[in-house]
Amino acid sequence: MTGFAAYLVFFLIIALTYSIVVMGLNLQWGFTGLFNAGVVGFFAVGAYGTAVLIGPERAGAIGGFGLPFPIGVLGGAALAALAALIVGLATLRLREEYLAIATFGIAISIQLIALNFEALTGGAMGLISLPRPMLDVFSSPAHYNLFYLGVVAILALVVYLALERAVTSPWGRVLKAVREDETAARSLGKNPVLIRLQSFVLGCTLIGFAGGLYVGFIGYVSPLDFLPILTFQIWAMLIVGGSGNNRGAIAGAIGVWGLWTMSGLLISQVLPVQFQSQGGAIQVILIGLLIVLTLLFRPRGLIGERETVSKHAGPR
Amino acid sequence: MLQALADGILTGSIIALGAIGLTLTMGILRFANFAHAEMITWGAYMALGALALMGPFMAPLGALSFGLPLIIAMVIAAVLTSLLALMIDHLVFRPLHGRPNDMTIVFSSFGVSLLVRMVVLLIFGGSAQYYSNTLQIAVPVAPGLRILPDQLFVLGFTIVTVISLHFFLQRTRLGLAMRALAENPTLARVNGIDTRVVIRWTWVIGASLAAVAGVLYGLTVQLRPEIGFHLLLPLFAAVIIGGVGNVFGAVVGGLIVGLAESLSVFIIPPSYKLAVPFIILLIVLYVRPTGIFGSAHHAGAK
Repeated sequence: MTGFAAYLVFFLIIALTYSIVVMGLNLQWGFTGLFNAGVVGFFAVGAYGTAVLIGPERAGAIGGFGLPFPIGVLGGAALAALAALIVGLATLRLREEYLAIATFGIAISIQLIALNFEALTGGAMGLISLPRPMLDVFSSPAHYNLFYLGVVAILALVVYLALERAVTSPWGRVLKAVREDETAARSLGKNPVLIRLQSFVLGCTLIGFAGGLYVGFIGYVSPLDFLPILTFQIWAMLIVGGSGNNRGAIAGAIGVWGLWTMSGLLISQVLPVQFQSQGGAIQVILIGLLIVLTLLFRPRGLIGERETVSKHAGPR
Repeated sequence: MLQALADGILTGSIIALGAIGLTLTMGILRFANFAHAEMITWGAYMALGALALMGPFMAPLGALSFGLPLIIAMVIAAVLTSLLALMIDHLVFRPLHGRPNDMTIVFSSFGVSLLVRMVVLLIFGGSAQYYSNTLQIAVPVAPGLRILPDQLFVLGFTIVTVISLHFFLQRTRLGLAMRALAENPTLARVNGIDTRVVIRWTWVIGASLAAVAGVLYGLTVQLRPEIGFHLLLPLFAAVIIGGVGNVFGAVVGGLIVGLAESLSVFIIPPSYKLAVPFIILLIVLYVRPTGIFGSAHHAGAK
């Protein structure tokens, strides 16, 4: 493979991993109207959970169970679900903003644990040389990456199909009903708090699951991969792609991640070395502007939510 | 122990100033403004910019590390921060009012906070800065307790600000209108209160208090672009402990959070200090979501 093709494979693996995160967030925000301000926290829990479960034993450390990769990923996702339950149970019966504040808080706390709880997370060094699933089957790294891209693509497709089914099912209609008019949903005997909790925990489980896939590909975890800016990037992907639409979520993940990597490349090529940190700030400002301007001028995003009308409503 | 108490009260009073503005906007404008903490960063840096432009024209006052220039800079910072808040309201928040999902506006404030922080980083750089390089000698106040003159100033200034704000809200017409709008918006409008004027003043007061908090923080700790990001959680915790919309509650909440942070070092490693407000927040939300002084109608149950 040429350098460009190899890079494209690498790029797509990361973008499709993020697309699973965006679809999880889309379930929360796009379909239920829940504001998760700590996406990176749940992603990190999934990643670190997986790393601790599959990692080799370390002296004097917690974890290093050396479990098979699939079990590690599922364990990481389960931990993310647990973290979601803790904040969800505290806040989902209250004013909607409280969920936003609490998710922001748990993300900061998780970052602190990642940085400081060395016995579990390896601290600032992170956990390195984690086993990558089925690495020895392939003859070259390029082939392995191609294989991993296939795995991630299939899993993203499975998540997409499952979510499409879920949101068109009766359960999905209740989600939207709770989002649109809580009182009406309640009067029909639905429990809005329970519905919100289900949507929130399921979304966070998907986000944690994607964290595990990420670790399987890069083979290490470090706090630097889970900075608060990732939350903004994921949100930009969802808002630009079009919240309420899973295809928009995937398109947004690829598009915004492409924009991010290309602008980063451009800045590193064009700006002199002493201005590189300012270049990083410009990149982030672009993300912020992208979010705010889309909200103001194209709230539906690239591909917005489909209008749904009851089949009994008749032609208008 | 005594030293930790004093530090906690000092941090707490700065958190309280920021939390007052946040609780006012949450009560009157009815949304959680994630960008509020960035007003603190903005204010602190605007004062730094104003100081640099003015140049040192007066010697420090008494034992303090600063003189009249910093006071003037603080006023300029308050004005510039108010202007920023009004501009953001005009450009972003007002157009988003009335969107079907009312969380859109909360989310937009999340995006705005990122923009403000990055603009500060771009203009002033990321390294720590100080208003003055004057070294101060801590004054022993009691056995085992030493306080810098600047810290005493911060404490005194906060107390004066909170008391004047209290009288403003209780005694003036505008203060009454603000409380009325927080209490019952429909009734306030029926009574002929011009909500747009009240909302504008809410922004100005909230932003000015945030700027003052930023300057006091910069004076006693240091200036970094992440000031606001690190204060956001303590501010929200303080507001929710005190009950949304309750100014007195925000002050008490700020002190509780500040004290809890500084006393936490006796129980947990200091590197986890930033997580303390989150733990408090979770406890309050589980046990008494309306806050200590909040009424049920305002914040808590849906």
